[in-house]
Amino acid sequence: MTSSDSIRMEKLCYSIGGRKILENFDFLLERGVNRTILGVSGAGKTTILKLLLGLLNPDSGSVFLGDLCITGLSESSFMQQRKRIAIVFQGGALFDSMTVGENVGYRLFEEGRLSQAEITQVVIEKLSFVGVEAALNLYPAELSGGMKKRVAIARALAADPDYIFFDEPTTGLDPIGVFNICNLMQRLQTEGKTTLMVTHDLATAFATSQRFTFLHKACMLFEGNEEEMRASSIPEVQEFLAPTDSSLFV
Amino acid sequence: MMNSAVIDKLLLLFFHELQNYFTLAGRTFARIFRRPFYYREFATQFDKLGFSSLFICILTGLFSGMVMALQSLIQLKPFAATSYVGGMVAVTMIKELGPVLAALMVAGRVGSAITAELGTMVVTEQVDAMRVEGTDIIKRLVVPRLKAMLLALPLLTIVTDMISIFGGYIMSAGYNVNPIMYISGLPQFMVFQDLVEGVVKPAVFGAIIAITACYVGLNTRGGAAGVGAAAKKAVVLSSVLILICDFFIAKVFVVFRG
Repeated sequence: MTSSDSIRMEKLCYSIGGRKILENFDFLLERGVNRTILGVSGAGKTTILKLLLGLLNPDSGSVFLGDLCITGLSESSFMQQRKRIAIVFQGGALFDSMTVGENVGYRLFEEGRLSQAEITQVVIEKLSFVGVEAALNLYPAELSGGMKKRVAIARALAADPDYIFFDEPTTGLDPIGVFNICNLMQRLQTEGKTTLMVTHDLATAFATSQRFTFLHKACMLFEGNEEEMRASSIPEVQEFLAPTDSSLFV
Repeated sequence: MMNSAVIDKLLLLFFHELQNYFTLAGRTFARIFRRPFYYREFATQFDKLGFSSLFICILTGLFSGMVMALQSLIQLKPFAATSYVGGMVAVTMIKELGPVLAALMVAGRVGSAITAELGTMVVTEQVDAMRVEGTDIIKRLVVPRLKAMLLALPLLTIVTDMISIFGGYIMSAGYNVNPIMYISGLPQFMVFQDLVEGVVKPAVFGAIIAITACYVGLNTRGGAAGVGAAAKKAVVLSSVLILICDFFIAKVFVVFRG
């Protein structure tokens, strides 16, 4: 494993309006090791994904995509590295004004390397992979929540990335929708993609990841595999895994 | 009473916003002639922002021309100088009211629409998704809207001016002013520079509307309520900036006129 096969954060601090979201945070995502970041709402899970993608700038510390430190760089400077990463946003973040086909082929259209026919072929292939090829000419507003998530996965796959980030991929889905997303993630992993997911959904997390990071109050409280997590003596981790009456707000 | 720390903080915030605003404006103008040009997006925006504002500008022009003529006729009649009404309507509308009224109408209609659209894209993470897909969002989202406004607002203003002169003509005819006197009086108080002023102003106002709406839209925070607040802010801000800039542009033209 070389450093070019990983994405990492070193001593990263990030705050919003004086409130600390992350403090001296170290994180490593190695190629081939599927990871889930767990934590209560507002713990900073989504912020980590955005920092790793360079969508947010940290107050201090560094983010490395492979060997390249992207902190402080303009987006165009690390675009080539970022092409190795795709993200499935929580709500799908499909472009309202474009059809499903245009959404999935968006990056390919932007790059301009392929012909229209070649892009259409890739789009249909990716939509078939997620099982929504019939939605090719529909607009996002015409799709259900589960279909939007699957189209978002197809869009993420279009550029053939090495890493795929998932932001709460099962939130708001029925059990069949959750099962489908889990299944898709497992198929992606079989195809050699590395996934990084943030979620509250423990069942999905344990079904799709080997390593787990637990966030609490701007810090990483736990890092390890499922067994280690279940056996952890950290009270916050145990409370997250099995909430008790003491977890009630009232 | 505000203490100095609060004033310092507010000033800092103001200058920070000002710096970000001009940074966006600078980056946008720097990208106007850079590829890709997004012709389809430009055409869509020109249709959405320009063509669909035509009706509101026609109405504005018609009634402001009519009221301008009406007020002028009442003032000029005691002096038997009603033949000057065409010239008065033309010079006032082309130099001042046409550009300002058209810009204010478009700011209300289009500025809020741009902000709401971009604001919604921000809060639903579509803008982040575009950035991850490798898109320069200024080139993709701001430049086509700026180009559309730079072209559309001068054209809309010309239409507003023409319709307002027609409105003045209708009102004058109702007050028995000779139509030929009205038409021949149109260039009476104008020089060529006034026509230039009548086109430069809307171009500047178009840029103000587009940049302001995009800036506020791309900085939207806080869900649906945030989008509503941003749309209101964009309209108020661009309207005030239009009126302030109108004064300074007029001043510059007056200086050059000598």
